[in-house]
Amino acid sequence: MSNQTNESSSGKSSLLGWFDERYPVSSTWNKHVGEYYAPKNFNFWYFFGSLALIVLVNQIVTGIWLTMSYQPSNAEAFNSVEYIMRDVEWGWLLRYLHSTGASAFFIVIYLHMMRALLYGSYKKPRELVWVIGMLLFLVLMGEAFMGYLLPWGQMSFWGAQVIISLFGAIPVIGPDLALWIRGDFVISEVTLNRFFAIHVIAFPLLLVILVFMHLVALHHVGSNNPDGVEIKKLKDDKGIPLDGIRFHPYYSVKDAMGAVFFFILFALVLFYAPEGGGYFIEAPNFEPANPLKTPDHIVPVWYFTPFYAILRAVPDKFLGVVAMGAAVVILFALPWLDRCKVKSIRYRGNSYKVLLTILVISFFVLGFLGTQPSTPLYTKLAQIFTALYFMFFLVLPFTSANEKTKPVPERVT
Amino acid sequence: MSTEDQTSTDVNLTRRKVLTGATGVVGAIGAGFMAVPFIGSWMPSERAKAAGAPVDADVSQLQPGQMLTVSWRGKPVWVVRRTPEMLKMLAENVTELRDPDSNESDQPDYAKNSFRSVNEEFLVVVGICTHLGCAPLYRPAVGSPDMQEGWKGGFFCPCHGSSFDLAGRVVKSVPAPINLEIPPYHFRTESVIRVGEDPVEGGVA
Repeated sequence: MSNQTNESSSGKSSLLGWFDERYPVSSTWNKHVGEYYAPKNFNFWYFFGSLALIVLVNQIVTGIWLTMSYQPSNAEAFNSVEYIMRDVEWGWLLRYLHSTGASAFFIVIYLHMMRALLYGSYKKPRELVWVIGMLLFLVLMGEAFMGYLLPWGQMSFWGAQVIISLFGAIPVIGPDLALWIRGDFVISEVTLNRFFAIHVIAFPLLLVILVFMHLVALHHVGSNNPDGVEIKKLKDDKGIPLDGIRFHPYYSVKDAMGAVFFFILFALVLFYAPEGGGYFIEAPNFEPANPLKTPDHIVPVWYFTPFYAILRAVPDKFLGVVAMGAAVVILFALPWLDRCKVKSIRYRGNSYKVLLTILVISFFVLGFLGTQPSTPLYTKLAQIFTALYFMFFLVLPFTSANEKTKPVPERVT
Repeated sequence: MSTEDQTSTDVNLTRRKVLTGATGVVGAIGAGFMAVPFIGSWMPSERAKAAGAPVDADVSQLQPGQMLTVSWRGKPVWVVRRTPEMLKMLAENVTELRDPDSNESDQPDYAKNSFRSVNEEFLVVVGICTHLGCAPLYRPAVGSPDMQEGWKGGFFCPCHGSSFDLAGRVVKSVPAPINLEIPPYHFRTESVIRVGEDPVEGGVA
């Protein structure tokens, strides 16, 4: 394809031809957009990849503008955020775009991951698409955590105190590791400064590189679809998949429509509930950080609460940290834990449907429990649903090996 | 390509491998040394260490049962003046504790006793939960109204529900693994406690 393009355009003395001889403009465009053939049966669940990209751009652009007025120091961090909110022209909008965007990012990513669970998008040959995606998820969690320290409110400070103390639970090296991360005996300006550096340059750079790799991996193996059928198996005489349509204009236009609906919902939250009822920006964060006074009830932002509930469910410090880490890390192994050849839930057996339902319910219940103070009843519930969460991953290898599946069609439906 | 083919018989592949390997090893060692300043730069700076200087707490105005908080190395350090009833309770509750003799916990040797203090009347303790670093609440009264039934007085961490008695000793089956940390301290005079410094020989201790 690329050779043909080069020959035809170099024949003409067009501007594009001049560039194509010096840089692979047309061939790159064609490989990833113009002649990238995606299955024609994408549904609602396939909007969230492009939406995640849009939110990433929002976070980067608003983030750059916020750094123009923000000051990462003990004395000025909290005040400079209030300065942005009150005095900087349009500062309130930039700040809320960024803080609401963070929550939107996680909503979109969780739905994007749910899509993979529904249609088996992590399965052969897309294991690396999934693994790179999981790396993105890890970096995104770190990025969100460090960003939450920057407003230097009470919840910023104490949330970070709790999370950094997690590292202190590691035997032998733990206390020194926590000291190394903080750079001080408690969370201080030193910690704030290094989190700022990581939040504004190191992790965003990593995110962009990983997104690039995620897309390269995806376009190499091709997109999965709601039927879990490999469209590359059946091609016409030009080598184009029978069930494939060009990404542009078909899906570029469809994704633009999805983006419009997303923007409407996002704007509603942005303008009418930018703090998300205390879930996007928590109430104690409107009070400056005070190292001598803990808020009555420390809760992470909603997107971390399922994992936080797992941490609290285990009555042992180190094992609690291990369980919380395992809850995230075990997702990396999903392509190998799920041994069923059939990808899409449309043709999979009941065992997977039951297990996935339990996983989703557990995730929601744990997410709720993580926002609540710990009481004996809630702790007991958190223990039950932590067990159910892990059950998905431990039982799946056995049930998926001989699952009663339905026949998968030759072509997409 | 063709030149390489002609000379390929003369190429000493072993030498090539050795040189490549040696370059790789030297490069890896160099990268290792280069990592030292980057990793070391994250340790507490001299300024942060200097800020960890000792602080004094004047306890002359402290009434029995009261607590005061001083800031040492940015951490809250509590000084509690315990009543005789409180001290009596500390001898009776040992069966409910995870580490009653403080064998697993952090304290200077001179505070490793049943009251975890130099002078049994005064408890000096770092007010940071040993679970995940929240600041526990001081609830000295037996049966404090906002605590669960059978509360015997002590510290309660609202974050994850750990509780400690009035010697900072952790009770069983809560997330916190060890007792609250006792910082190094000594009495400079009868009523002034210096936090962050071990007793000097011949001082009041």
